[in-house]
Amino acid sequence: MLDDPAVALTILVLALFVGFEVISKVPPLLHTPLMSGSNAISGITIVGALLVAGAADRTPLGTVLGFIAIVLATINVVGGFLVTNRMLAMFRPRKPDA
Amino acid sequence: MSDQLIQFAYLAAAVLLILGLRQLGSPKTAPRGNRIASIGMLVAVVATLLKQEVVDFRVILAGIVVGSGLGAVLALRIQMTAMPQMVALLNGFGGAASALVASAELFSYMRAGEEPTGIVPAAIVLGVLIGGVTLTGSVVAFAKLQELMRGAPITYPLQRASNALIGAGIVAVGVYLAAQPLEIDAFWALAAGSLALGVLLVIPIGGADMPVVISLLNSYSGLAACATGFVLGNSGLVIGGSLVGASGLILTKIMCDAMNRSLTNVLFSAFGSVQQVAAGAGPQGTAKGYTPEDAAVIFSNSRSCIVVPGYGMAVAQAQHAVRELSDTLQEKGISVKFAIHPVAGRMPGHMNVLLAEADVPYENLVAMDDINSEFPETDVALVIGANDVVNPDARTDKGSPIYGMPILDVDRARHVFVIKRSMNPGFAGVQNPLFFNDNTMMIFGDAKGTVLSLVEAVRELA
Repeated sequence: MLDDPAVALTILVLALFVGFEVISKVPPLLHTPLMSGSNAISGITIVGALLVAGAADRTPLGTVLGFIAIVLATINVVGGFLVTNRMLAMFRPRKPDA
Repeated sequence: MSDQLIQFAYLAAAVLLILGLRQLGSPKTAPRGNRIASIGMLVAVVATLLKQEVVDFRVILAGIVVGSGLGAVLALRIQMTAMPQMVALLNGFGGAASALVASAELFSYMRAGEEPTGIVPAAIVLGVLIGGVTLTGSVVAFAKLQELMRGAPITYPLQRASNALIGAGIVAVGVYLAAQPLEIDAFWALAAGSLALGVLLVIPIGGADMPVVISLLNSYSGLAACATGFVLGNSGLVIGGSLVGASGLILTKIMCDAMNRSLTNVLFSAFGSVQQVAAGAGPQGTAKGYTPEDAAVIFSNSRSCIVVPGYGMAVAQAQHAVRELSDTLQEKGISVKFAIHPVAGRMPGHMNVLLAEADVPYENLVAMDDINSEFPETDVALVIGANDVVNPDARTDKGSPIYGMPILDVDRARHVFVIKRSMNPGFAGVQNPLFFNDNTMMIFGDAKGTVLSLVEAVRELA
């Protein structure tokens, strides 16, 4: 589907616009969790790494590159989402009695 | 699972990522947003594992186990003061993973002796280039933030000219590789050049500008994923990468605006180098030193206080002491808010996390634009370890290097207390006339110790 440059570019541009719209609504209060969360999302490249490492006809070099890519992308996904979760739990509202 | 079903799964994953990011719009919904986004990621991973091309799960399993372990340890052990380093590192990992995938794809085309067609060759070049720059640039940013290397800009003669030359060389190699994708030597030249360029671009940038650098590299890590998405013809990767790319760009712009500097200026001017420091004027008049007890007397006649924390507070680990002061003042019926400048801390939003960790409720953390109008109505502005972001010269003195930078208008409060180690100027090397104003009381000392004595003094006056 993405072989057609026009389709590919359309998806890219629309996704960028959605990104700008959604992310400009994140308040400065949460910009650090936004960054660690987007670290996790950049780990989406794990999808590519899985395809490389799981292919039947891969070369030994492909195996090594695929393995390293999976490790790095998984660190991003797991580390990014976990640390974001840990940080967001620190943002607490004022206690009702205060 | 059929390819079409898998495409639908990627669409669902993309929708979940977007919905998750949208929930980051408020601290109430943000934890749920993070969970929704992580479910989106899980959907994308599971869908990929169900693809027919994926037949061997041994390497995959090993990689996921190792990566999950390392990621979890990192996430659970990292200190909040070190968050910028962690984000820098993850930017680099994301870029590296994308570059590796793009390279592996190119190798498999080479082995098959089959030329990639359409936009694939260009996407491979971009994936390797952006991913490579992101990796080594992030490693340098990490080293500067972690103080493994000195934060001052590293400059040498003809730096910009030689960087421009290297950049032009890389573009030439990239264009050549895109046209002749099976030329392995061109690939190695591109990979080596990209890795070198990442280092060269970040070393001339000062430690204080790292918030901009890590925001930009955050964006690059997304764009690298995007490029890899085009290599594989995978829409999930393109959409996920675009979201990260957009997020990083927005944060980069916010950081630049908050320092009133263009991105070009941050990237290429080696700000904070020796020549710049000479621009600072000498002291104007004399600053008056006061004790915490003097300050407590003023507090006893006050009803409102705005605390302005700077990175100096975090360096002194004074967050908990500051929260204790805030609690004590509130017990005395004084309202307390925190004014957060966008560049307070070492990365976008960093100061908010540090104060949230110290149990300051998030309603009390107010962004610059929302709080500036409140200073004239405020009895006490308490500046702790901040300097340039409260320098009134930025509003009035056209000759000042920081003229035009948005600041917190603390000088408009009735009384200003400044807790500071010494009269040393801030990182911009500019003297701050705030310290010599009639309504300013300087309290010299270590942030933590001084704030704790202030707590003591306020309690005793009860």
